[in-house]
Amino acid sequence: MNATGNTGRALPWALVTPALGWTLLFFVLPFLAMAFSSLTAHDGGGFTLSNYSQFFNNPAYWQAMVNSLQVTAIVTVVSVLLAYPFAWILAEQVPERWQRLALMLAVLPFWTSYVVRSYSWLLVLAQNGVINRALTGSGLFSEPLQLANTRLATITGFVHFFVMLLTLTIFANLKQLSPSYRKAAADLGAGPVRTFLHVVLPLTLPGIMVGAFLTFVLCIGDYITPQILGGNNELLMPQLVMMQMGRRGDFPLASALSIILMAVVTVAYLACARWLKIERA
Amino acid sequence: MRINLKTPIPTTKDPLSILKCHLHAACAATALLLATGNLAQAADLNALIWCDHADPALLQPFEEANGVKVNVKEFEGTGAGMAIVEQSQPGDWDVMVIDSIDIPRGVEKGLFEPLPDDKLPLADLFPQVKMDSSTVVDGKRYGITEKFGYNTIGYNKTKVDPADMQSMAALTGDKYKGKIAIYDYYLPVIGMAALAIGKKTAELTEADLPAIKEELLKMKANAKLVGEVTASQTALATGEVDILVGGGEWVTAGLAKENPALDFSIPKEGAVLWSQSLAMFKDSKNKDMALKFIRYIMSPEGQARLATSACYWGMPANTKAALTDEQKKILRFDEQPDFLARAQPYPTPNADLDKRMQDVWTEMLQAQ
Repeated sequence: MNATGNTGRALPWALVTPALGWTLLFFVLPFLAMAFSSLTAHDGGGFTLSNYSQFFNNPAYWQAMVNSLQVTAIVTVVSVLLAYPFAWILAEQVPERWQRLALMLAVLPFWTSYVVRSYSWLLVLAQNGVINRALTGSGLFSEPLQLANTRLATITGFVHFFVMLLTLTIFANLKQLSPSYRKAAADLGAGPVRTFLHVVLPLTLPGIMVGAFLTFVLCIGDYITPQILGGNNELLMPQLVMMQMGRRGDFPLASALSIILMAVVTVAYLACARWLKIERA
Repeated sequence: MRINLKTPIPTTKDPLSILKCHLHAACAATALLLATGNLAQAADLNALIWCDHADPALLQPFEEANGVKVNVKEFEGTGAGMAIVEQSQPGDWDVMVIDSIDIPRGVEKGLFEPLPDDKLPLADLFPQVKMDSSTVVDGKRYGITEKFGYNTIGYNKTKVDPADMQSMAALTGDKYKGKIAIYDYYLPVIGMAALAIGKKTAELTEADLPAIKEELLKMKANAKLVGEVTASQTALATGEVDILVGGGEWVTAGLAKENPALDFSIPKEGAVLWSQSLAMFKDSKNKDMALKFIRYIMSPEGQARLATSACYWGMPANTKAALTDEQKKILRFDEQPDFLARAQPYPTPNADLDKRMQDVWTEMLQAQ
């Protein structure tokens, strides 16, 4: 074995070591610590599964997961439905020279923080906010509507945040799509609707799924938006996790709830990967 | 003779040796950072605080007078504060702000240093807020109450009848349905629900929880939102709600200048007294400065600045706080003896009851 051979084998390891170290340090070890914590008792006793059994035996905890899944599913579907036409217009209708500006405008909402955007929505949806003033001022409604501090408000805030994220992933997919597919479909006699349904949509599904999965992960783990816009009128999982840490400092239960949340995200990923038939290289 | 000062350029670029060089450099830089960090830490005062202590108007006079920098870290809730301490090295923190009722928890964990009674203005404190049952453990004082107030009913007096706010029955009736917010902290609001059904907060047991839960569910049915400090203030300020259950002078006093219509009442059933204390860490490396800081906060000037902190207002524990007449009026300083006479202490459940109370609160939040 010569020195060049050793160096050749060492080089890939040297290059990948920082990434591996990073993942180990900031994901694997904290995850193991959290998993360990979730199996311990809050009062310092030995190993126990009581933190997990609490989740399954307490209807209020279980309901938090149901609420989270419902809100996340609605947000993901609505965001996809809004983002696709938007991405389509950007990719197909906006002239090339304006696309960069349009993309920048699409990204603009990300320049402000989550908290600021949530409070802004709260002011828009409030009883004396812009929408209610317009509705009562125009005579359409005599009384202001209950818009803020509802699930609708939470979903509105989330959709605003995630529709642009989805737009970007779908836009990138649409731009990568070769025009020859559409030409071939037209040559074979397919109209625009049929071409879209049978050619364009299936080929852009990976972009939709990646964006939808990102939306799912970010939405189901978000604490701020439901806290500010939902008025705490129903608990979602991140709020339930935070509750355990506030006064009681029940980190084992908070860890168990976080692990359960991670398990749901993992199931969503596996379903997504299986549906897209993502295979190992 | 010429001396070549340049570093020799290696003729072969072995990636592992390059990586080693970078690792050595990174280790050296980290060690340097840690060393300078420790030096800075030794000269500073490190305080684990609630947001009212982060106000520069409170800290600057102390820093300038003592030539020290006060490094602050904010936390919410005793559990979160204790977690920060557990994840720190002994000696990282010098002082801590904590719920007075939670001082025994810190003492039990061996965190706090006894404070010298003779160097603190204990005689100037409102007697009812000294909370010796919590701040003194085994005959030693481990904390001193610095600020207090009441979890009670905050309201907009132009939108509701102030006479209605003299009884908690108004919170569960139909008159103000949809105009109520509930402060999102289970202990004081459970305390208020207990008062509403004629229970004493100091005597609560698990057997009381079903009736308390029923009362909470009635309040929730009338509530538009359950929010923490900022959300509650925003809801009152924007007119989203007109009444805040569990709020009090700490919400309305802060907004008094912008909205003088906001007020609070201590209803006939009573209110829940909250109080926050200062404690010194046993492992503090700067105990003299820590005590100076506590003495400053407890001084009439420090008390006035703390009471009117930008984050939230609250009553100073020291009766001699150097407040202006206008500030005293907003805080309703002169009415304190009457308020204190009608206030009951924060519930102090043991670990099991605390868990049951939090479960009741979770069920209330989920109720539709």
